[in-house]
Formats: sequence, C-alpha cells, structure tokens
Amino acid sequence: MQEKTVNHKAWFLVLPVLVLVAFSAVIPLMTVVNYSIQDTFGNNQFFWVGLEWFEEMLASDRMWNALGRQLLFSGIILAIEIPLGIFIALNMPKRGFWASFCLVLMSLPLLIPWNVVGTIWQIFGRVDIGLLGYTLKAIGVDYNYTNDALDAWITVIVMDVWHWTSLVALLAYAGLQSIPDAYYQAAKIDQASRWSVFRYIELPKMAGVLMIAILLRFMDSFMIYTEPFVVTGGGPGNATTFLSIDLVKMATGQFDLGPAAAFSLMYFLVILLISWVFYTVMTNLDRREG
Amino acid sequence: MAKITLDNLAHSYLPDPKTPDDYALKELNHDWDDGAAYALLGASGCGKSTLLNIISGLLQPSRGRILFNDQDVTHAPTADRNIAQVFQFPVVYDTMTVYENLAFPLRNRGRPEQYITQRVQDIAQMIGMEEMLFRKARGLTADAKQKISLGRGMVRQDVNALLFDEPLTVIDPHMKWELRTQLKKLHNEFGHTMIYVTHDQTEALTFADKVVVMHDGRVVQIGTPEELFETPEHTFVGYFIGSPGMNVIPAKIDGAHAYVNGTQVALSGHYSTLDGKVEIGVRPEYARLTDEGGLPVNIRRIEDVGRHKIIRADCFGHAINIIANEGEEIGTDMTRVAFDAPHVNVYVDDWRIPPQDPLGKAA
Repeated sequence: MQEKTVNHKAWFLVLPVLVLVAFSAVIPLMTVVNYSIQDTFGNNQFFWVGLEWFEEMLASDRMWNALGRQLLFSGIILAIEIPLGIFIALNMPKRGFWASFCLVLMSLPLLIPWNVVGTIWQIFGRVDIGLLGYTLKAIGVDYNYTNDALDAWITVIVMDVWHWTSLVALLAYAGLQSIPDAYYQAAKIDQASRWSVFRYIELPKMAGVLMIAILLRFMDSFMIYTEPFVVTGGGPGNATTFLSIDLVKMATGQFDLGPAAAFSLMYFLVILLISWVFYTVMTNLDRREG
Repeated sequence: MAKITLDNLAHSYLPDPKTPDDYALKELNHDWDDGAAYALLGASGCGKSTLLNIISGLLQPSRGRILFNDQDVTHAPTADRNIAQVFQFPVVYDTMTVYENLAFPLRNRGRPEQYITQRVQDIAQMIGMEEMLFRKARGLTADAKQKISLGRGMVRQDVNALLFDEPLTVIDPHMKWELRTQLKKLHNEFGHTMIYVTHDQTEALTFADKVVVMHDGRVVQIGTPEELFETPEHTFVGYFIGSPGMNVIPAKIDGAHAYVNGTQVALSGHYSTLDGKVEIGVRPEYARLTDEGGLPVNIRRIEDVGRHKIIRADCFGHAINIIANEGEEIGTDMTRVAFDAPHVNVYVDDWRIPPQDPLGKAA
C-alpha cells in the first residue's frame, strides 16, 4: 500500500477557482445580504436593522400576492406545455425529411430572444394594429390585454406556450427516439391498445427527460421577467406582476433597496429549495431504474 | 394452430427494387406444416428476421401472398393473425410487475382473471420465476427479462404459431439448454407450429424437426439435420453446418471420377458433362489421411479437440480439414488424403448436382 501524499500547498491550486467564484457569485450575493439587513440613506450611510426587512416582507400582502400569481402562472403553463409537448412529440414523423423539417420548425421559437418574443406578442395582440387583436375585435370578441386582467393573463400564457412548448416537445421526442422498434412490435404482438403503448412503453421511457423538461420549464417560468414586462408591464394594475417584475419595481422603481434585498434572498432560497426537491426526486428515479 | 403458406413471397426494403440484389428476401414458396418445429438457420443479415416479421405481420411483403390455413392474411394486421413472437433482445414493460407482464397479452384479449392467474402460474413455473412474480420488472437482469419475454410469448395457448427470433442470445449457457428443453416440451405438449430463428447450428439441430437454411435472402435447403449433414444442397449449407465445415475443392468431372489438378478422385455415381464452376465437397468426417492414393496434402497443424483431432492441411493451395479419431496414429509418411466415395458431393455454381445413376444401383 502506498502512503497517501499530504501536501497543503495543493490548496493554492484551487485558488483561481475560489477567486473566480468569489467575484462572480459570492461578492454580489453578499452585497444583497448587506442591503437586506441594513437601512441606507443618501451619502452612503448604513444603519443596522437586523431582520426587520424580512419581517416586513413576510407580513406584506404584496409579496404573497406576487408569489400566488407566480405559482398560478407556472402551474398553468406546465399543465398546458407538458401534455401539449408530449402530444406534439408523439405525432412528429420519426425519420426522413419531414422529421428534420419539424425539428427545425420546432426550434425556431427557442432561438428568438425574450424581449423580441415580448415585442412580437405586444404588437400581435394590439387591438388597433395587431393581427390577433384587430381580428378578434373585428369578429366581435371583446379582447383588450391592456385593460382586462383575464385577457392579459391569456395573452401572457399563450405567448409562453408558443415560446416554450417546443422545448418540451423536443425533449420528449428525444426520449421517444430512444425506444427500440422491438418494443412497439412486441406491443402489437401482445395486442396492446394505443393507450397501453403510451402508458406502459412511451411514458416510462420518457420519464427521465420529462422530469428535466418539467424542471426547466418550472424554473424558467418561475423567474419569468422580460416577456410579460414587455407585453403588459405587469398590468393591468398588478394582474400580471410576477415575482421578478415586482422585485424590479421595488428595487429600481421605488428604490426600496432593503425590502427588495430581503425579497430577493427569499426568492433565491425558494428556487434553491425547489431545485433541491427536483434533484432528489430525479436521482431517486434514476436509482430505481438502475 | 395453422399451416402457414408462403406464396411467391419476396421483400425489399427499397421502394423500387430492380435487380435480385435489391431484395432482402428473394422469391420464396414454402409450406410450414401445422404443428411442426422449424429452425431457421443462417448467418446474420441473410433475411431470417425479415421473413419472421412478414409472417407475424410487422412487415408488409413487397410481393406475394401469405396464407394461414389457406386463408389469405397478407394484409391482415398483426393483432388479427394471433401470432406470438419473441425478439432477440428482451422487451419487458418496466413499470409492471413480472405477473402483470405475463398477464398482459391475456388481459388485452379480455380473458377471465381466473384463467389468467392459472396460466401465469404455469408459465412462471416453466421459466423458473415463481418467486419473483410480484417484483417490478425494472432492474431485473437481462436474462431474467428475456425469460419474461419468452413467457409472454408462451402464455397464450391458442396461437397460430410461435416465432422466436434468436431468443436465447442473452441467456447464460446453462439456462439456454434448460429453456430450449422447455420449448421442446411445450411443443410436444401443445403442438404449436414453431419457427425458431438462430445462427447457432447446435441450437437449430437440437430444437427442430426440420431445419431451413437461408443464405443471401434465399432458402437454400430445407431438411432434417441428417439431410443437411449428408447431402448439403448448396456449398453454404456445407460450410455452415458442421464443425469444421465441408471441404470444397475445385475439380473437373469426367464420368464417375473427379480430377483435382490431374489427380483422380472416385465419385458416388456417373455425371454428364458439367459447365460452370465445378467443385467437389467432402465433409472432414469422410476424409482420412493415408500414405498412398488420394490427393497430396501439406499438413499445417493438428488440433486435439478432445473426442477427435482436426487436421488442418493444404491441398494444391486449398485449405482442407480432416477429422481423425482420438486413438488414430498419424505417421510422418501420411501425406495424402482419401475421401469416402459415397460421401463426395458435386457442386456446380454452388448448387449440388446429383449423380445420374448412383454406382450402387448400376453395379
């Protein structure tokens, strides 16, 4: 047996990484922590306030309302995008020219920058000049996303579905492509119904990628900012003010740096918690498969 | 149970096949007798699986018809053909238990639950998985999964035919033997028509009443194991069956004799003048080393494989194998090879030509 070499100089080798992480993550995060436990006045004067900002935020309806809207939004888009993505993947051609064609077509929305997506829908939905808004008005539908909360919600949700369903579909498609033909052949021999094929062959084989799809879509939608900001600006009223929009309003609009810092730390912890839950569920799933 | 007839059947994976080379399965006419056990033997890629998939309806043939008990089913979907098929690699439904896996084909056909329980118990006993019935299929070993696949194939009693596509590839040797015995027993008990695809000649010869040898998309011979051994109809059958395979040596034929580089070899009968690529084929079992007569050989090495010795030699530049008994002395002066005349076959362009009048009768 060889003795394990102990050399404390080796610590210097990880120093570059520590410095990099410090500047990219730790120091910015600590600035936020700094703001969250102090009150600031002009001239860079800071006063220690302890956990007051956190208490204030937890007691305020504002943050809870934004969180409620946020969860509702993420829930709705997941409930639409996941089944719709699976449905699209199931109906895409398996090989040949049309398979490639569909893949390219599907990835197009994913390549468009967020604010452009927002702008597209902002114009598309306008009742005065937008194709969608104008058409709806012309056929007698009372649609106006700028002053009707429900219309605003529908617009933002349809926009997100348009933008991101492709991602779910592409992931599900990749999962489906990995199923050997023999499975479908065996199912035919066993006289399995279409539903059984989906339930017992396709769904189990897609489970892994679907978990990733759900995680990605949940995290992304939970942090959504640009698109609803461009389309509705969080309105009408506060109807589409999701967590990020509310946070930015508070921090840079009202310049309430203390509460905003406390808010963003809690936001961060919630995301961390949810990621951890997903990670645990996914690794357990892998272990069961292995 | 059914007699399966292939009528002018051919298949190509290309949309517009022209030359015979475009066909994965060349024109084929054959009856699979009701209740017989067949082995479909051939090298990888010779069209075995294609043929199987056409019979089960997973593939539509490019040409020809397929009949079950004289009823045309060429365009009938798989479900209507009532066929069981087991594939080379295990297919199990991961989220189901072993029991549910085995019960699946029966449940899909709406059999009463009591009957299903009975059948699943029987099959579980047959494949030796009674203890694992209520485990999830996910995470089982490959051979356990393949046993489930086999079990699912055997669980229905009323199938028209049972098709096996190299089902024992992933099973360990001991279990292989046991499962093959079980399949054989199942066949004797219920008399299903069985077609068993394999590239393993031992598997084919032990399992089947009749062996169908395929080569390059074509059936080259159908026969009992003995026929395949004694009179291979095609040089491929000669090579493929037997260990080592048949010796094939170019020769000229004149009457009842062949001439290899001018040296005379006795044949089993008279032949007329033959055109094309003429060869004689002799199994190593019917060749022996001698010190006089026969063809001159250069012995390269002798392999002792236990029950017998295999002599690897050269004869006018052609590799030739000879099998000698374990106790047989091989002297240094034994540099010639002699063949048993009744067991020398003549081939023209790879196909066997029978003698016009076998010498036995003429004499």
